[in-house]
Amino acid sequence: MNEHQLDLAKEIEKEKRDELSRMKKQSQSVPSYKTKKQKMISEEVILEVDNLHVQFSTFGGSVHAVRGVSFNLRKGETLAIVGESGCGKSVTSNAIMGLIPQPPGRISEGRVMFKNQELTKMTKKQMRKVQGVDISMIFQDPMTALNPTLTIGEQLTEGVRTHTNASKSEAKEKALDMLRLVGIPNPQERLKQYPHQFSGGMRQRIVIAMALICEPELLIADEPTTALDVTIQAQILELFEEIQQKTGVSIVLITHDLGVVAKIADRIAVMYAGKIIELGTKREIFYTPQHPYTQGLLKSVPRLDLLEEELQPIEGTPPDLFSPPTGCPFTARCPFAMEVCEHIHPATTVKSLTHQVDCWLQDERAQAFRNELKV
Amino acid sequence: MLAYTIKRFFMMIVTILIISTLTFILMHSIPGSPFNEERTTNETIQANLEKFYKLDEPLPVQYLYYLKSIVTFDFGPSIKKPNETVNELLARGFPISFELGMTTILVAVISGILLGTFAALRHNGFIDYFAMTFAVVGISVPNFVLATLLIQKLAVDYNIFPPATWSSPMHMVLPVLALATGPMAIIARLTRSSMLEVLTQDYIRMAKAKGLSPFRIVARHALRNALMPVVTIMGTMLAGILTGTFVIEKIFAIPGMGKYFVESINNRDYPVIMGTTVFYSTFLVFMLFVVDIVYGLLDPRIKLHKKAGDA
Repeated sequence: MNEHQLDLAKEIEKEKRDELSRMKKQSQSVPSYKTKKQKMISEEVILEVDNLHVQFSTFGGSVHAVRGVSFNLRKGETLAIVGESGCGKSVTSNAIMGLIPQPPGRISEGRVMFKNQELTKMTKKQMRKVQGVDISMIFQDPMTALNPTLTIGEQLTEGVRTHTNASKSEAKEKALDMLRLVGIPNPQERLKQYPHQFSGGMRQRIVIAMALICEPELLIADEPTTALDVTIQAQILELFEEIQQKTGVSIVLITHDLGVVAKIADRIAVMYAGKIIELGTKREIFYTPQHPYTQGLLKSVPRLDLLEEELQPIEGTPPDLFSPPTGCPFTARCPFAMEVCEHIHPATTVKSLTHQVDCWLQDERAQAFRNELKV
Repeated sequence: MLAYTIKRFFMMIVTILIISTLTFILMHSIPGSPFNEERTTNETIQANLEKFYKLDEPLPVQYLYYLKSIVTFDFGPSIKKPNETVNELLARGFPISFELGMTTILVAVISGILLGTFAALRHNGFIDYFAMTFAVVGISVPNFVLATLLIQKLAVDYNIFPPATWSSPMHMVLPVLALATGPMAIIARLTRSSMLEVLTQDYIRMAKAKGLSPFRIVARHALRNALMPVVTIMGTMLAGILTGTFVIEKIFAIPGMGKYFVESINNRDYPVIMGTTVFYSTFLVFMLFVVDIVYGLLDPRIKLHKKAGDA
């Protein structure tokens, strides 16, 4: 064997090694996701909410909490629903999940389609076969979302045991896998412990594990980081990203925290007074917000890159949903309000394939006014 | 847990000692004596009797004898019925009282919890209003009134149940009903309100989101948490039922311990007073201990051995 052949052999060997390590890396991640930045979203729509209306009857009359919300969600996508308290975000998520207490609540119009099944037409019994299996939910406060009198193990396995005919030991294995997935050390011992023996961040990890244990395709997270310390918040958000990469789950993220949205959302729906007023990709919402409310929201968040700028709160409060306004609900607080805004609700203007907004400023006839204001 | 149990055991002994000392003082501060009757007895006979029951000794000495009888649990013969010892009286009367008391507690707890739970699940529905009306009436009507009413209606007028005495399960129905209604009403109200609170908790929503059946959610997730306040009042309720048995036994002519207890005080029958009081207080203190243990079992957040310091 001469020197040249030796070199060649070495080279071939090196190539083989490289390929092997490449293959290893690939097998660790789900094929449809390459890296975080190049996240591919498939065409497959798994959730479709169509003109959803939810009303609650109270002693004081009927509250129209959600007034015609429509959006869809594709496989592996994260949609954030953003808005201030009482705008109907949580009601929307509860309606998808089938958790609206009836009475007093009522889905008065519209439908929720999950993979060709109409959830809004299902009986409670049929719905229970979807809850926790196909769609899971994560609640805001991990301190109260876990039952204080049952061990973590019991609470983790009961979902699996209810929905599949897994044996006790299989369910336990599954629970251990889940605890490992969400990064709980010593899962074997932790399984026997009670919620009070865990910290807030740990509990939220357990709640996430619980939601994921039946391998749902849709995860609804209702303010999952609001009750946590800022340092823990970042960890939990990273966990969401990691889980989405590993399992390809779609996420509906309900939040009022634009920081959270900026970190993990693909698309953003801005809700106001029971309606989605603007919907677009993260880039579109953050860089070219069209609705004055969205612009106001973004201005009310502190920015580190603009030291001099003062925070601008949006003056006023949202309208009372006992008697929702006929026109644009934001009129009273809108710096650009026109006469028409007060009386007629604006039609949806499609700005791009992914970006839509409900605002009269988008109307051709308001063009002159828009130019004046440089919106 | 073991340390707690031991500590608790010594606490129990101290409690019983205090109760029995107080009983002794009260007993001897009531005017009169067992031999103080209209019929005059021969003085020598009376002196002999007093000597036999050690009533001629000074009180501190009597107290020591008394303590000895508690430790050995031998209270000697009754004064009024000299042919029977106190232990025999207890052995005869207690099983009957115990049966009455325990049946009452079981009935009250089970039906109270069921009623309260259904009321909460059908909040503002018919069952709820019915249960709560029943509860208000149940709490307001004293058991002796209820007892006489039951006897009048169900025994005398309709002749469904025997009106008195204690020999068959049918005989148990009326006294247990009379005795259980009050505690049952209290438990039902308490269960309802704590159940209503628990049902709004996030972990119940979480359980619903997991797709669990309503039965499982109530039985496994809600009830255990809702029962904490019920267990807490069980201790005082036990005392109430125990004293309630005295009255009820009297009304239904049940040969339980209540009769001896009341009679012995009227007769100044010192050994019987001592025996029954010590026996009852021991029983009650023990039951309270059991309630505490159950509380710890229901709620894992309560660590008994840590609590022992301030128990």
